[in-house]
Amino acid sequence: MSKASDQIKYLTATKLGSTKKKYCRFKKNNIRYIDYKDPDFLLTFVNEQGKILPRRLTGNSLKYQRKIAQAVKRARHLSLMPFVTDLLK
Amino acid sequence: MLNQYETTFILTPVLSDDDTKQTVNAYVDLLKAQGAEVIRQDHWGLKNLVYPINKKTTGIYHHIEFKAPAKAIATLEIAYRRDENVFRYLTVKLDKYAIAYNESRKESKGSKGRKVSSPKKSND
Repeated sequence: MSKASDQIKYLTATKLGSTKKKYCRFKKNNIRYIDYKDPDFLLTFVNEQGKILPRRLTGNSLKYQRKIAQAVKRARHLSLMPFVTDLLK
Repeated sequence: MLNQYETTFILTPVLSDDDTKQTVNAYVDLLKAQGAEVIRQDHWGLKNLVYPINKKTTGIYHHIEFKAPAKAIATLEIAYRRDENVFRYLTVKLDKYAIAYNESRKESKGSKGRKVSSPKKSND
């Protein structure tokens, strides 16, 4: 039976690589406060140039994405995190 | 009604050790004069700035968490602006999650081996 299914040609190309379900890590781990004072945690939400990653990549919910953005901006103000850089990580 | 705030400020690195102590104590006393109650202080000391501020690449960080009436913040920030040693500051009002977070952080820091004796007001 499986042999037959191998010959099935799909009209549209099946998506390669299973896209794993994105989830908001703050809801899952029940984190309620994002501290602007520890930059190592915030670095995970920033790309190489130091820009804040969009929600579609990080998978955060809107409420926590805003908290992250605020924390990153505060950390930048206190020069714990750069405004712009290259090869940050 | 006392709100809870945390303030962080950066001093110029050229300050000698007792000068920094003096300025830090000056701010703590200023807060107390406004009827504030200092909960915790962290002296992060000399740290490298990620980008140069006023042509300086390092700064002495100090962090104070306190409870204060709302009017105290305006006077605190005016004092920061007047003081030329402080070249960056940030005062943040804490909500209940932030307070819970700082409490949990305090225990984890205290429990790292050394016995937390009576809450000695460390103003170094």
